[in-house]
Amino acid sequence: MAEKIATRQAYGKTLVELGRINENLVVMDADLSKSTMTYEFSQAYPERFFNMGIAEQNMYAAAAGLAVSGKVVCASTFAMFAAGRAFEIIRNSIGYTRANVKICATHAGITVGEDGATHQTFEDLALMRTIPGMTVLNPSDAVSAEKLLMQAVAMNGPVYVRLGRAAVPVCYQESDEIEIGKANLLKDGSDVTIVATGIMVNEALIAAEELKRDGISARVIDMHTIKPIDREIIAKAARETGKIVTAEEHSVIGGLGAAVAEVVVTECPVKMAMIGQKDTFGESGKPSELLEKYGMTAKDIAAAAKSLQD
Amino acid sequence: MDFKYFEKKAADVRVGVIKAVAAAGSGHPGGSLSAADLVTALYFHEMNIDPENPKMKERDKFILSKGHAGPVQYAALALRGFFPKEDVLNLRKIGGRFQGHPDMNKVPGIEMSTGSLGQGFAAAAGMAMANKLDKNPGRIYVLIGDGELQEGMIWETAMSAPNYQLDNLTAIIDWNGLQIDGRNEDVMSVSPIDEKFAAFGWNVLTINGHSFPEIFEAFDKAKTCKGRPTVIIAKTYKGHGVSFMEDNAGWHGKAPNAEEMKNAVAELGGEF
Repeated sequence: MAEKIATRQAYGKTLVELGRINENLVVMDADLSKSTMTYEFSQAYPERFFNMGIAEQNMYAAAAGLAVSGKVVCASTFAMFAAGRAFEIIRNSIGYTRANVKICATHAGITVGEDGATHQTFEDLALMRTIPGMTVLNPSDAVSAEKLLMQAVAMNGPVYVRLGRAAVPVCYQESDEIEIGKANLLKDGSDVTIVATGIMVNEALIAAEELKRDGISARVIDMHTIKPIDREIIAKAARETGKIVTAEEHSVIGGLGAAVAEVVVTECPVKMAMIGQKDTFGESGKPSELLEKYGMTAKDIAAAAKSLQD
Repeated sequence: MDFKYFEKKAADVRVGVIKAVAAAGSGHPGGSLSAADLVTALYFHEMNIDPENPKMKERDKFILSKGHAGPVQYAALALRGFFPKEDVLNLRKIGGRFQGHPDMNKVPGIEMSTGSLGQGFAAAAGMAMANKLDKNPGRIYVLIGDGELQEGMIWETAMSAPNYQLDNLTAIIDWNGLQIDGRNEDVMSVSPIDEKFAAFGWNVLTINGHSFPEIFEAFDKAKTCKGRPTVIIAKTYKGHGVSFMEDNAGWHGKAPNAEEMKNAVAELGGEF
């Protein structure tokens, strides 16, 4: 069994390292620093940490002001209040200005669990990828989170980073190469491709094992960068495997499934199935119970892959 | 001090507003004219800026949070030498630099893209935080509309700026009393503005926003106030300087026709 670490934990640890190597880094939070894990940074570099209180709109516009003054800013809260509540501020004050702000949003998706529907964000990837020039990242584990965050802070321009609450298995090695904009082929296969993102990558790997037992060879791709999406790897998968299943802990409307479909219909139309939240709100429960009830498990991915074989 | 010089400059800025909005055939003359004296005072007296070096590190910055008054900022920047006056007459034209609301990536001297109300104020506070971190002596000035005070996030910034003791930040409220649908008091009361900001911990000054002696004195007081930001509540009249536009909500977002432009320019007596 692989070690389990939440991507938000990796974020907190990476921020401290980034703070050491980049004196220009400023971190902001909206009264959730012990949950988003910016707390560690706040203790290490108090002069460069701003707690903005429960006021997300002001936080993201002020982040833009700091960024256009030459700072690189990581501004964190839960995904619902970043991509959701502050959407229009992010769009106009960060996106339109091309401000160097990294919107590091935690507690995304249904695995926020017991807090229930008001806190379970299924719309953030869809919202963020519609903003011109916004890079959208959704790391699958602690290793990829760290590597992608380091690159996000090193590049100039707005980035949305989706991070999770729940501890998830580490599926990468420290030595693996992970690059923004370049999806990772985790397992080759010839009958179907599973394009997964975030915590669903691990589920996709389990699904591929299940499919193998049924004689189906599944390719697994980690689409950690939702935008700019790796068109080449998707087109190649469509041509070579003829069927694609997408898997995301996000609405099937507008997120990874839609982004992959946009490539598939223009490059090489093939049959697709989309695993994700099905146009419905969530509810309170344990993360594992919720993933099962709302159809976002390895079993669901495998079933969808099999249905495409008919 | 020769206040006549600034009155003449403000008349020139106002003529620039009228000509640009007339050339565009759309835009916001009312709220540009109400702010013209405040903006003139900033660009021609108060702020440490250099048109030859618009990104000078220790410059003061002005953010027009009420971005719909873009023409007044464009006209003042042009007269201050940031770009040719003629360029501003290209306002709101496709492919042009002078967008309906200011774009920092298109026009030199524009420090923040604004237009969606409430955001410029918060961004200005962010700039003031950055200057504090960098020990940069540059001051940040931000102009907010009175109707804009109805945006919820204004009060988030009103809360955070004193919390971070941003005494390098001066907010100016263009208190012309009018918004698109009519008088503030009829649409959504923002009164009392002074008591609200005082309760949030600001140094509050109330002045006549068309009086240069009062404007300059307020800026001086803001600079000497330590440990908290200053808000200058500037009583103004929408459309000020053009009698048929003055204090008339109908001129919030309407361009003058050729005849109206001629009359307005003649009455203002400025050059652009």
